[in-house]
Formats: sequence, structure tokens, C-alpha cells
Amino acid sequence: MNRAGSAEEARSLPSKVSVRNLNFYYGGQQALFDNNIDIPEKRVTAIIGPSGCGKSTHIRVYNRIYELYRTHRAEGQVVIDGKNILLPSVDLIDLRKRVGMIFQRPTPFPMTIFDNIAYGLKLHYRVGRTELSDRVEDALKRGALWDEVKDKLGEPANALSGGQQQRLCIARAIATEPELILMDEPCSAIDPVATAKIEDLIQTLRDNYTVVLVTHNMQQAARVSDFTAFFYKGYIIEFGATKQIFTNPAERETEDYITGRFG
Amino acid sequence: MNETTRQRRVDRAFRILTASCALVVIVLMGGILFELLRNSGMSMKEFGFGFLTSDAWNPGAGEFGAASSIFGTVVSTAIAMLLAVPLSLIIAIYLVEVAHPRVSKIVGGGIELLAAVPSIIYGMWGLFVFAALMQEHVQPWLGRWFGFLPLFQGPPMGIGMLTAGLILTLMVLPFITAVTRDVLQMVPPVLKESAHGVGATMWEATRHIALKYGRRGIVGAVFLGFGRALGETMAVTFVIGNSHRISSSLFDAGNTIASSLANEFNEASEPIYLSSLFELALVLFGLTLLFQTLAHFWVSRMQRQEAGSR
Repeated sequence: MNRAGSAEEARSLPSKVSVRNLNFYYGGQQALFDNNIDIPEKRVTAIIGPSGCGKSTHIRVYNRIYELYRTHRAEGQVVIDGKNILLPSVDLIDLRKRVGMIFQRPTPFPMTIFDNIAYGLKLHYRVGRTELSDRVEDALKRGALWDEVKDKLGEPANALSGGQQQRLCIARAIATEPELILMDEPCSAIDPVATAKIEDLIQTLRDNYTVVLVTHNMQQAARVSDFTAFFYKGYIIEFGATKQIFTNPAERETEDYITGRFG
Repeated sequence: MNETTRQRRVDRAFRILTASCALVVIVLMGGILFELLRNSGMSMKEFGFGFLTSDAWNPGAGEFGAASSIFGTVVSTAIAMLLAVPLSLIIAIYLVEVAHPRVSKIVGGGIELLAAVPSIIYGMWGLFVFAALMQEHVQPWLGRWFGFLPLFQGPPMGIGMLTAGLILTLMVLPFITAVTRDVLQMVPPVLKESAHGVGATMWEATRHIALKYGRRGIVGAVFLGFGRALGETMAVTFVIGNSHRISSSLFDAGNTIASSLANEFNEASEPIYLSSLFELALVLFGLTLLFQTLAHFWVSRMQRQEAGSR
């Protein structure tokens, strides 16, 4: 089960995202302080830390979704595939096609199961009817949902259970062929059985995608991630192989957190 | 033991109290319908079904027909809805999705104020300001460029069907806008974020996700405006010209059911005149009921579709 990476591996792997001196502000209030991190490619990186420590804020910079809110501001560098995506010249539509995001609650669009997947596809690709349905099927298979929904693709997505909806959202993100998938506590609104399915799914995603998983569930981080970053009060306290973080953390705060002394 | 009987008694009293308050609604509804039917009896007997199809309105000769009033009601309402619905949606989208929060607050406050302006004020403004504007600028311009359409032919008189429709537009606009804005504000931010997250633009996220998510509420908003336009009386009476005829030109004077009622009740000396007005009121009552029922079915069908076939 434990595929957790080693410290040597972390150094040798190419990084998908390189964050340099990232600072983030909600209006006048600073939420992230000098974040530096290299997210290894085609691995699962977990971000843990107590509530309000900036985990979600941090990954929301990667697809610049924070820009929907006027007062939110990021400074520094976030390099994805060699390009600083914080530059104003970056095409946001293209960025968000390459960087998929899954939210704390399932967010099925108010349309059918099929259309939920097809929607994102059609925003980015001109595809014929047959290719569209092939790609929807493919995305649903990768999202480990196909067998459960193949007979009811025309039904409204919100008729699915919460866990199915969340896998639908993962499939929807996959459909546009992103390289990086951000998951912001994807299991926080989902029961344990459905959570297990999503964790299994995350394991399979690692072969093709880089996954960044924000979680407040340390067992989850230990179960599914190769690498773990510990955030505290907007700072990245420690980043390393998951196994090492959980068995032999270098920092005092990390140890206190994972042993349940706070958080 | 005592406690439960006391509880039961209180619950019973509560049930009776609330039920009797609700009963008032039914009694009122029934009472209105009964009075309208009773008072329009004479006219019904006299004109029969022809009352609905005849556009003759000749109090001197004792001839009465509702067709021109029904026509005017439908046309003025249609103008209002055709213009107000898209405009309201655009304004609401702007307020929720585009505008700076401060701008949104100011404009939104203005919209709410507009909704609160009494209709008589719209009527006075319509007659003294807006009608003159229509006569001097809008109607000549329409006549010049679109005069080949029967809709825009004839002398620009200022008052008339078009002016009434436009005044109605201005009156229902704030209603539909305010409710649509509230509906759009209820769309969960995370849903919008996920639309943007798959690469939708602001327009795509609004059109495909937010509007669709809130469509039941928006239909409700539209019917709220529709109901108001259908029954609006004072402002329309001021600017429509109050003439009982059906004309293909929107520049011509016309009337609506509500405006005729407001205008003519105190002139109605003959019993048959009075009875005809009551029947006219009955028609308006029926129209309103019909459209409310349609709206209800529409919304509940949408609800069923959304709930899915599970």
C-alpha cells in the first residue's frame, strides 16, 4: 500500500509546479507568507495543516481561481511547466484547462450527467458527436464512475449520490485533459465508503496526472500521498516524503500537529 | 399526563387559528369571484360569448364588447415583457457578476427605489414627460425607419399603445431585476468557481451555470412582472389614450381592461354598462388566474425535471 516517496526521490523528480516567494492577501490581510515548494510531477502531494492555515488559499493560486474575487491578490512566482502563471499575459482559460480543480463540496452543474462532462470539453475542443461521447465515456471511466452511470447518462447530475457527484466532478476535470489536478478537501462532505472510492481513484490518477490534495484528514494524507507539505499560519513549515513527515518530522510544529497536540 | 392534554389543547387552538386565517384567503377569493359573476350576469345574458369577440364599445347604443380591451391588455403586456425581461436579466447579471460591489449596491438600491414608486407617478411622468418625448423624437424616428411595418404607421401622438407598453416596461423592470438579482446571488460561489475552474468565461459561467441553476426563481420573477403588467391600471390609463378599438399601429390609442375599468366606472349610468364593466373585470380575473396557473405548472414541471427520474 505504502507508495510514499523517499526524500531522495523528491529531489530527483522533475517538478510540475515551482512556487517561489508566494505571498497572498485577502484585502489587507496577508494569508500566505513566502511560500516555496516544488510539487513533483506525476505524484500525489498532500497539503496538511490546521484550519485557516492557508492550504486552500495556496492551491487556489495555481489556477488563479482567486481572481474571481476583487480583493484577493497573489505576489511571487508560480511556475507551471516552465511558465510563471501569475503573469498577466497568461491565458486563464487555457490555464484552467490544464489545471483542474475539485472542491470541498461536489459541484455538479445543473444539467445531465453526460452534459456535465461534455460541458468542459466543448469549451475547449471542437469535437463531433461520436468523439464527444467517446471522450465523455473515457473521462467517466477514468473517474471510476462509468459502470454506475452508463445507463443513465441523460439524467440530471444532482440525482447522483454525493460520492458519485464528486467522482463526476473529478471526471469532468479529467475530461479537458489537465496535467495538474487540484483537490481542495474533496472528501470533506462525503461518507467513508465513498471516501475510500475517491482515495482509490486518486491512486490511479497518479500514473497520468500530478495531484495536489488538500486535506484535514491526516490518515488520508498518509494513505494516498507520496509527498506531504505541512502548512501553519500561512507558512510552509515542512515539505518532504510523506513517510518521513509522518514518522520522523524535522520540525517541532509538524510533530505537534501530526501527533494531535493541536489542530 | 396533564402536560400532554394541555399541549394537545394548545396545538389544537393553534391549528384552528392558523387554519381560519388561511380560510380568509379562500373566502376572499370566492367572494370576489361570486360578486363579479353576479354583477356581470346581465351583460352575459345580453351578449353571450360574443362579448369576448366583439370590439364594439358603444355605451350610447348599449353595445359592449371586450375584444379591444383584451387586445390592448395582451399587446401592452407583451411589449412590456419583450423589452423588460431581457433588459432585467442583463441588469441583474451586471449587478451580481460584473459590477464593482459598490456600484452594485448603489444601482441595486436605485432599482429597489424604482420598484417602490407608486404607479400614479409613473402615469403622470408618462403623460407629461415621456409622451412628449415619444411624440417629438421616438415615434417620428420609428416612423421614418420602420414605417414600412404596419406597427409604426400613423401620426405620432405621443400617447398610445407603444407608450403604454414602454411605461409598463419601466414599471416591471425593477421588479424582475430585483428578484433575478436575488436569485443569482443565491447561486453557490463554489458552483461558479467550478464553472470557471473548467475554463468557462464569465459569460459562459453565468449563462450556462448561474442562470440555469436559478431558472426556477427567474421564471418566478418574470411572472411577478407579468402579473403586474397585466393588471397595471393608473399609469396605463394616463398614457394609452383610452379608445376602444383594435389597431395594427402601436402609435394608435387603445385601452386595456384595467384602464377601461378605471376610466369608465363613474360614467356607467346604465345597468347594462355597469354589468359589462363587471364582466370585463371578470375577464381580467380569469386571464390572471389562467396565467398564474400556467406559470405554476411550468415551474413545477421544471422542478420535476430537476429532481430527476430517480
